[in-house]
Amino acid sequence: MRSEPVVQVQALVKRYGTKTAVDGLDLVALAGITAVLGPNGAGKTTTVETCEGYRRPDSGTVRVLGLDPVREAAALRPRVGVMLQSGGVYSGARADEMLRHVAKLHAHPLDVDALVERLGLGSCGRTTYRRLSGGQQQRLALAMAVVGRPELVFLDEPTAGLDPQARRATWDLVRDLRTDGVSVILTTHHMDEAEQLADDVAIIDAGKVIAQGSPEQLCRGGAENTLRFTGRPGLDVGSLLKALPADCTAAELTPGAYRVGGKVNPQLLATVTSWCAQHGVMPDRISVERHTLEDVFLELTGKELRS
Amino acid sequence: MTTTTTATGTYTPQPGAAPLLRMIGAQAALETKMLLRNGEQLLLTVIIPALLLALFGSVDIVDTGAGKAVDFLAPGILALAVMSTAFTGQAIATGFERRYGVLKRLASSPLPRWALMTAKTASVLVTEVLQVALLTAIAFALGWSPHGNPFAVLLLLLLGTAAFSGLGLLMAGTLKAEATLAAANLVFLLLLVGGGVIVPLDKFPPGAQDVLALLPISALSDGLRDVLQHGAGMPWGDLGILGVWAVVGLAAAGRFFRWE
Repeated sequence: MRSEPVVQVQALVKRYGTKTAVDGLDLVALAGITAVLGPNGAGKTTTVETCEGYRRPDSGTVRVLGLDPVREAAALRPRVGVMLQSGGVYSGARADEMLRHVAKLHAHPLDVDALVERLGLGSCGRTTYRRLSGGQQQRLALAMAVVGRPELVFLDEPTAGLDPQARRATWDLVRDLRTDGVSVILTTHHMDEAEQLADDVAIIDAGKVIAQGSPEQLCRGGAENTLRFTGRPGLDVGSLLKALPADCTAAELTPGAYRVGGKVNPQLLATVTSWCAQHGVMPDRISVERHTLEDVFLELTGKELRS
Repeated sequence: MTTTTTATGTYTPQPGAAPLLRMIGAQAALETKMLLRNGEQLLLTVIIPALLLALFGSVDIVDTGAGKAVDFLAPGILALAVMSTAFTGQAIATGFERRYGVLKRLASSPLPRWALMTAKTASVLVTEVLQVALLTAIAFALGWSPHGNPFAVLLLLLLGTAAFSGLGLLMAGTLKAEATLAAANLVFLLLLVGGGVIVPLDKFPPGAQDVLALLPISALSDGLRDVLQHGAGMPWGDLGILGVWAVVGLAAAGRFFRWE
């Protein structure tokens, strides 16, 4: 499944007046799901819209499915599905009417009725676009991006403003796309979305990619993971340390509060609890703090993602 | 919302653009449907011209010169109908499509931009056919007796459509949607009064007449009147004025139109 890059961006620069939105950005996305993660204003949308052919690079090159999105737009457009961050539908059009229309612009579209049902758009009935809820508008935009059976879809913040249930439904659809061999580039500022969905995550800040890799790689790259528990004060930390794998740490932070650092996996958890059992310790409030993309982002940029 | 997953293979890529004619046909049908569903647009393109024709054709309010009022009014109202659809209606609709990202979204679909514009034009023409049918029926009911060469009438209507479309798209593609809405309605009103639609141009001072006669609405209403009321041949002067407006308007729209 992972072979030729679906998107190749090299040294992309894009300015709006005096403001540099994208500042020498390099990005290679392979087949599968790539999440472009970053805070608002990082340059995510500008990057994606350059790939979609909406913006001309001030310098640098962009190739999508091997084609130039501006000069070879006619060849590229039928192969790519686009979900804009907002809008894109006639305000007086009904959801199924608009979706049927986009389907008609393609040679082998998906079954519109099935897609309408899948995304819960059937309940929109005769309501026109301007009166749909934000979530319904989002799901319609998603449906419009996939109805033409593209090879690659660009989803710009596909779950922004969705309730948890609708968010899950969107994730399920994105996973099904991947299973069926459709590549997905999605922008998000939801960490969990990137962790849940993406094969590959590119973290963007101030117009540059500052880290890229699988969610696991990115999370491993940063601080160690941590296991905490509380027990009676003054346990023999040296004895605990001996029971643990060589690269682990253990310490009593405050009387009765213990921290174990290292590669936290089920094996380590079992080791700690069995040591407690041997020493007659009831570990209260045992917790695992997995290092998340949120932490990675904070470490790399020194700021909160959702600023 | 269903949580069941669809059978594997449902989304397997099979990209491709639909045949060009099918895309243009679908786009034109949708545009026409949107226009006919929009109450404000219908008011502008159907109700106002029909009311003006019925009112001024049956009640002698404006001095329309010798002959039946409807013979003077019908050509003017036909010109107004063309302006309301090709200019005012198209400008407002396109302005809001631009504002709400419809044009942007369609730009990434397989539909080429020129094909979108072709579809818009087709939708304008379909609307005009409906308008002309309705207004002609009203005019006949009021005792209208048209003369002249139908081919000359058709040419005037088409060239008038081209001229007003260019100007409407120029406005929609450069101004904000709200500004387009206000300006397009204002222009509609001003040209309704000062473009020889229901008020003969000779009611204006001589200096103003010369300028007003160069407006596209005046050229269209004057040309239609020459043919339909007076049975003239090809009104070359008016066709020339409309031709210049069409070339200038469409070229400027092509040059300055911004899709976002």
